[in-house]
Amino acid sequence: MHDLHDFEDVKIPIGPQHPALKEPESFLISLRGEKITASSVRLGYNHRGIEKACEERTYTQGLYLIERICGICSHSHSTCFVQAVEEIAGIEVTARAKYLRTLIGELERIHSHLLWLGVAGHEIGFDTLLMYTWRDREVVMDLLAALTGNRVNYGINTVGGVRRDISHKQKEEVLKAIDILEERTKYYIDLAKGETTLIKRLQGVGVLSHEDAEKLDAVGPTARASGIERDVRKDDPYAAYGELDFKVISVNSCDVYGRTLVRLGELMESFSLVRQIIHKIPDGPILIKSSRKIPVGEAVSRYEAPRGEDLHYVRANGTEKPDRVKVRAPTLANIQSVSKMLEDRYLADMPIVIAAIDPCFSCTDRLIAVRDAKNKEKNTVVWETIRLKGIEWYKNKGIDFTSLNEKLTKLF
Amino acid sequence: MLKALFHILIFPGLLFLFIFGFFAEYVDRKLYARFQNRIGPPWFQPLADFIKLISKQEIIPEEADSNVFKLMPLLALAASSAAILYIPILGERSVFSFNGDVIVVLYLLTVPTFAYFLGGWYSRSVYSMIGAVRSLTQLFAYEVPLFLCILASAMLADTWSLSGIVAFYNQHIGYWFCNIIGFAVALICLLGKLEKIPFDIPEAETEIVAGSFTEYNGRLLAFIRMSFNVEMIVGASLLAAVFLPFGLNLPPAAVFLCYLIQVFLIIAAVSFLRTLFARLRLDQMINFCWKYLAPLAFLQVLFNLILKVVLPR
Repeated sequence: MHDLHDFEDVKIPIGPQHPALKEPESFLISLRGEKITASSVRLGYNHRGIEKACEERTYTQGLYLIERICGICSHSHSTCFVQAVEEIAGIEVTARAKYLRTLIGELERIHSHLLWLGVAGHEIGFDTLLMYTWRDREVVMDLLAALTGNRVNYGINTVGGVRRDISHKQKEEVLKAIDILEERTKYYIDLAKGETTLIKRLQGVGVLSHEDAEKLDAVGPTARASGIERDVRKDDPYAAYGELDFKVISVNSCDVYGRTLVRLGELMESFSLVRQIIHKIPDGPILIKSSRKIPVGEAVSRYEAPRGEDLHYVRANGTEKPDRVKVRAPTLANIQSVSKMLEDRYLADMPIVIAAIDPCFSCTDRLIAVRDAKNKEKNTVVWETIRLKGIEWYKNKGIDFTSLNEKLTKLF
Repeated sequence: MLKALFHILIFPGLLFLFIFGFFAEYVDRKLYARFQNRIGPPWFQPLADFIKLISKQEIIPEEADSNVFKLMPLLALAASSAAILYIPILGERSVFSFNGDVIVVLYLLTVPTFAYFLGGWYSRSVYSMIGAVRSLTQLFAYEVPLFLCILASAMLADTWSLSGIVAFYNQHIGYWFCNIIGFAVALICLLGKLEKIPFDIPEAETEIVAGSFTEYNGRLLAFIRMSFNVEMIVGASLLAAVFLPFGLNLPPAAVFLCYLIQVFLIIAAVSFLRTLFARLRLDQMINFCWKYLAPLAFLQVLFNLILKVVLPR
């Protein structure tokens, strides 16, 4: 292997477009042979300006926009936001509404963790696991569709409560589906503990020591797999979590295998939580009517999303629209640790190490800076300039719509 | 002359290989899908894919060496197709048989891997180059056990010709069971040769896009896919000839049917094995091949050497 050191390091770009990534994100990796010598992460391909857009909308409109920050943990974001708004307005949500929010939240966690398990399988070339888990995930997706009307972006939250109640028949359906899912999850736990190639690919990969996890502020399953028992549901109970009984799953192996076991363990905890909710859910109204205007004030709300702690800050100015909304998605807290985890690993470990934090890049992206490629100058580009540039670019390619445009203007 | 042309172009040459190759790909994909609880493609999907690819625009990267880039898929296809002429598929004799054709077949089966390496290397894309190096590194891991297993079988038969091996095992059916370790090892090595999970390291999608073939598209990609299909047929036929010699004394039609069954059994085994595992890392794969497969293959050689002395001829 000595000869390899004589070669210069090869730089390979993973992303913005790459099969390992489900969303655009750029990792530049230096390779010596198969070993990674350096890596750098670049965010910012997915900026959608949601925070700013929220300031232009009323709280209720903003809620549905916030829900679309993420397709997977949409309920996390909307609950987190709505909790902050309710805190400012001083609205105490009814117990039944709290239980319903918790129920949807836990079902969402089940679907997110099953999705993660499949993605992880795919990243290490275990497509059979992907096909199996995504098939089983359909059970919980159907359940969510039955309860809320949507498979993703459930739209069940609203300021002051929830929009849909659960019927007796639906409760039974939930319990039935949970039984199926629990049985399947037990099978996956057996598989994770017994399948040699899976263990070989995951054990000792992407190590993030306890100290590093503390230092880099890892959250969620990433932190819990490094022995940090940090879970907002336990530390700062919101919704109905204070009245429910569950364990915080944590392991000390600090590697990707540990993160897998944590997520599988959390699935089992979620099943027990859903059962408790179904049995304990109190009767009563699900929605308290509130004024459209939210009084002056500010609040920070925390929520344990499937990927880790989600944080929303809302500042109200007494009108129908928020003054400022700030979202800190869990991936932003975890992304710093990726470089640490990639140290001294092989290229083959790169996809699973990135996937192990369960990244959601479009949730994370907050800012976009346009720089001139030549003189590195920052400048602001307005929409109209981009449009004109686009027209010019197509004109150079021989595609010209000006005459067509004129005809259309004459017509109307 | 005409007979030779018939053999090369029609049976068991190109036409037969192409049709059989499509069918083998279909069986492989369908079984893989069914094992994964999916529906899988319809029977004409491989053919449809092939037609779609050959009708597409061909794009050659500017930096690539266009001659090598264009030649390599054809070389891979030609080499793997040529190998079938030396493998007995109808009865005990292959089309062109001579003493030493075992080595020729193994050599011809190695050529495609080198062709993929060169094609990938001269694509001048980082993903292709890493994939190319990987496929060559992997070659050194699985090739030795594969050769040893076939060598062990040939040693017991005391011949260097595939037709001779088949004839020997046909007369001494019981000896087949002596080679069972060799068969298992060779089957695993075949996974490496065909770049299937758990040994699909050279084209690991989530790491290096498509490895050596990242820059290939259109017609050239169609040829590469075809050469993989042909390699699958040839590899399976080789294993069938060396390790599964049954049904050779039946009438010709039945012999052909037996051959098809043998090949499909091996393809089904390959599909089944690739549903079971995750992709290994390159270092793990090399460790596995040298720590477990190579010693097992040596064991088979040793076992056959002893057998040769002990057993009556």
